[in-house]
Amino acid sequence: MAEESKKPLALLAAPQIASPVTTQVIMRNVLIALAPAFIASVALFGLPALIVTAVSVVSCVGFEYLWCRLRKLPNTIGDLSAAVTGVLLAFNLPSTIPLYMVVVGAFVAIIMTKELFGGIGKNFANPAIVGRIFLAVAFPVAMTTFVAPHFTLTSVDVVSSATPLASTMTNLLSHLDLLLGLHMGVLGETSALAILIGFVYLLVTKTIRWHTTVAYVATVVVLSLLTGNDPVAQALSGGLLLGAVFMATDYTTSPATVKGKVLFAIGCGLITCLIRFFGNLNEGVAYSILFMNLLVPYIDLHTKNTPIGGEGKRRGGRDE
Amino acid sequence: MGLFGRGAPSRRGSVELRGIHIAHNKATAEMQTERMPLPKQIILPMQQHVGAACKPQVKRRAHVDVGTLVGHADARMTCDIFSPVSGTVKQIRTIHYSNGWSSEAVIIEPDGEQTMDASLHRPEVTDYASLVEAVRHSGIVGLGGAGFPTWLKMDTDLTNIDTWLVNGAECEPYLSSDYREMVERPDTLLEGIKACLDLSGVPRSLICIEDNKPKAIELLRSAAADDERIDVFVLPARYPQGASRVILRNVTGRSVPRGGHLTDVGALLFNVTTMSEIGRYLRDGVPLTKRRITVMGDAVQRPQNLEVFIGTPISEILEYCGLVCDPAKVVIGGPMMGVTQVELDSPIVRANSGLLAFGEDGVYTPHTTACIRCDKCIDSCPIHLAPINIQKAYLRRDVAELDELMADLCVECGTCSYVCPARQPLAQATRLARAMLRAEQRKAKGRG
Repeated sequence: MAEESKKPLALLAAPQIASPVTTQVIMRNVLIALAPAFIASVALFGLPALIVTAVSVVSCVGFEYLWCRLRKLPNTIGDLSAAVTGVLLAFNLPSTIPLYMVVVGAFVAIIMTKELFGGIGKNFANPAIVGRIFLAVAFPVAMTTFVAPHFTLTSVDVVSSATPLASTMTNLLSHLDLLLGLHMGVLGETSALAILIGFVYLLVTKTIRWHTTVAYVATVVVLSLLTGNDPVAQALSGGLLLGAVFMATDYTTSPATVKGKVLFAIGCGLITCLIRFFGNLNEGVAYSILFMNLLVPYIDLHTKNTPIGGEGKRRGGRDE
Repeated sequence: MGLFGRGAPSRRGSVELRGIHIAHNKATAEMQTERMPLPKQIILPMQQHVGAACKPQVKRRAHVDVGTLVGHADARMTCDIFSPVSGTVKQIRTIHYSNGWSSEAVIIEPDGEQTMDASLHRPEVTDYASLVEAVRHSGIVGLGGAGFPTWLKMDTDLTNIDTWLVNGAECEPYLSSDYREMVERPDTLLEGIKACLDLSGVPRSLICIEDNKPKAIELLRSAAADDERIDVFVLPARYPQGASRVILRNVTGRSVPRGGHLTDVGALLFNVTTMSEIGRYLRDGVPLTKRRITVMGDAVQRPQNLEVFIGTPISEILEYCGLVCDPAKVVIGGPMMGVTQVELDSPIVRANSGLLAFGEDGVYTPHTTACIRCDKCIDSCPIHLAPINIQKAYLRRDVAELDELMADLCVECGTCSYVCPARQPLAQATRLARAMLRAEQRKAKGRG
């Protein structure tokens, strides 16, 4: 009878082991990848950059926590996805933005874009992008008031101006300035180099695959060449790299297969260029990603993988 | 579909880097196989193979010798079961498996003499039909885990078969029993392959081995150097390289059509240990009575490769290898596809290649969170399925969608569950989806 008091053997479905990479590990990797750009933004814009980022992260995580408490749902802030949204939202804001606007942006991102649609994995668009676009529409002046970074290579004698894309200033700025981020802009989209370091980290940790980012940037470069724009300046300036590395690659709002991802990225690149070259907005990355986010279900529908052994059926009865 | 559909034809010999890298954990790989002494009892289930269950051919208190026929069924898809020991039949009773199945089992108490059955003789093999007949009476089934009757697989129209594949991939972590077979008994392995090639007329045989087993590759290359029909094909060590559809695709570039078999695309595939057992049977005429298993896990004191009699209870094997703590989870097979056991009296049967015992720390109970659409399951599926979509369709009971997603092509390798960062039970859902789809397909066929 001693047997009966013993704990029964575990009965579990295969597989008995799992990869150590959980949602939390993935989000932590993204946060680590965002660190170089964060350090660059603090170096360039000083304390305000730190404060904006802190307020954004705290309000994003706070809104998610409150939502879970009020709806009596399991607390999901531990998966760190709200923190990632917070950092990305802050990176889309100028350092001079009034802090209450940051909180409003966090509300739109977390509550309206993510939680109302069912929380992590269910949002139709990237929360940080919707937050940014909401703020850009609601507070256009505050969102485009930039201060010059603490140091530049080329002298720019204005305190407040639009991003480099706004004027002929693009030509004045050296490509090196763009690479290092020594120009005006929102927090995270200034230093291309810092973002590229993050990109390499994401690739090394296999958090993302390279297809989306490369296809997006390549599309912009090719279209710049075709339309006579400076391709290097187009690739390095504005939010392109931030968007291509951290936002177009968002799992939930990008297509499932590699084919789909490439198609999605080309669409993003095309819309970005249309807005930049022909539209009346300076910056097209956020809108292009939002627009392509909405198309993801349709892209997924047409870019399914063909299973091995299922080729004949998909192609209408191949005889081999 | 035309706009984005894939049009590229499959390339020959292309190795597709799907699947995943998993820590191999093959600590027992370089350990010489040990022979386990006779157990106190032998439990021979009458269902140890794919197909019809055998009926006991012996009565209670009857005496059996090594190789005495114990189980037989009057069906085509079945495989005879022979006594691995000499002794007395103590009991015939029903045993239950942890997956809910049950089967009749013959319990034999060994007398320690190991006298051979007088009727055993070296099989007379003159042509392919007699080879198939010999394998039929050897009790050999797919020893890599499938348990499909080997003679039935061989008994096929050979006119279109151009490749006799031998599967030595052994992609499951922990397990090294196939590797030990290749290293310890290359002679019987090659004898088995040569006999099959000689009599079947199949022009070539490829022994497929993952590149994490350089010793086996080296050894078999030099051993097979004198026969130009036999070659070693080296595959990257990626799970699930050894799944039949995957290995066929990666070695020959061919894919088995939906609902078809390997023979439809000109290939046959056998596990290395299966081929080696055929070679041994042709030599000594003793049916399959023993097999090598890898015993591992953090609860096992002396992890090793162990040759056990078929029907040895798990408890006696664990006792022989020693336990450092009470096992909390016992798995027959590897960690990716193995089945957890609820009874320590369950026996090792023909198709089992591993026995893992874990303490409390080794019990991994997944905590499922929301899917984040990371698409890792889609990216890593060796068959290029979309496990997350299959799970969703299964939960909706949407059979038409499961058919569209081709859930029936799943090889149950468990890769999707392994990679899922949200710990969704994708492999389990796909297994259930596959069963549901197959049941529907059978129903549809029945209606005509």
